[in-house]
Amino acid sequence: MYIIVIGCGKVGYYLCKALLNEGHEVLAIERDSQKVERVAEELGSVIMRGDGCEASTLDDAGTGRADMLIAVTNEDEDNLVSCQVAKHKFNVPRTIARLNNPKNETIFKKLGIDVTVSSTNLILDHIEVELPSHPLVHLLALKAYGLEIVEVKIPPDSPVVGRLLREITLPPDSILTLVVSQEQEPRVPTGDTVLNANDEVIAVTKPEFEGALGKALTGKEPLEINA
Amino acid sequence: MAAIMAKEGHKVTILDLDSYSFRRLPANFEGSAIVGDGTDEDSLRRAGIEEADVFVVVTQGDNRNVMAAQIAKHIFNVPRVLCRIYDPIREELYHSLGLETISPTKVGAQMFRELIEGSGV
Repeated sequence: MYIIVIGCGKVGYYLCKALLNEGHEVLAIERDSQKVERVAEELGSVIMRGDGCEASTLDDAGTGRADMLIAVTNEDEDNLVSCQVAKHKFNVPRTIARLNNPKNETIFKKLGIDVTVSSTNLILDHIEVELPSHPLVHLLALKAYGLEIVEVKIPPDSPVVGRLLREITLPPDSILTLVVSQEQEPRVPTGDTVLNANDEVIAVTKPEFEGALGKALTGKEPLEINA
Repeated sequence: MAAIMAKEGHKVTILDLDSYSFRRLPANFEGSAIVGDGTDEDSLRRAGIEEADVFVVVTQGDNRNVMAAQIAKHIFNVPRVLCRIYDPIREELYHSLGLETISPTKVGAQMFRELIEGSGV
């Protein structure tokens, strides 16, 4: 595949390296001449100097035959414009933008960017898993379906402890798929399943009901870590 | 521009990252000036974008303008969105994508040309 990478700072550099290792044809575009020199020295002639938002630069880069363009600069608006120019002027089939501000995710989706990667959210998600007190952990986002898989640990003081699952009201579009605990085998919950303290529940839900699901299972208000 | 529109009786709200820029406003300016990021939904909401009839974005950054204009048009459905884009090539692209755009570079060049040709050089 021919892949163009816009921005060759730390993220861009390691991305180029990884893509080259996988055998792709890669061209990075970077505005800063010092960075261009440094990367050229190390990776060879896979980088050109220029503004990745400018159609003429992208034309020189042969964007018309690119299979993918990935914009990973520090500026969200630059990443947006690079992707839009690639898409609308050069018909690049797939555009990926790095988001520095997680708030921009919905905007970018709406404006036709195929995939967005939010570095801030990724870091938050990873830290979240390591926080022992955090009641709800994101395991996987099924973006195409607007769903996500989360893990909720049932605290000993939760109102659901010792109750049958069918007596518990869950928010819409939320399904409990698996209950894991220290004492028992992993089990697929039914209406007759009883939830115990410290059980871990794997659930499918929609992002907008995540807080309500957490509250239903733990009795606690959601932490606003992603706000 | 804010001063002119406010003087004509329109309700004008200015959004700028830096309150220092508000010093240029005339003493009798009747609109409001808010510090905030024009590419941030919350700042835009605070500035009252949901009730706006017209949204004009004229920061120094083309990409910033393009992003703010598209947020106004596609997220908040502002009836009229006008956007300054210095780079004529980018301006053409976003114009074809349905934004009302002005490239001062293009307009300026055109005016100079007319001056030169009008003076018979």
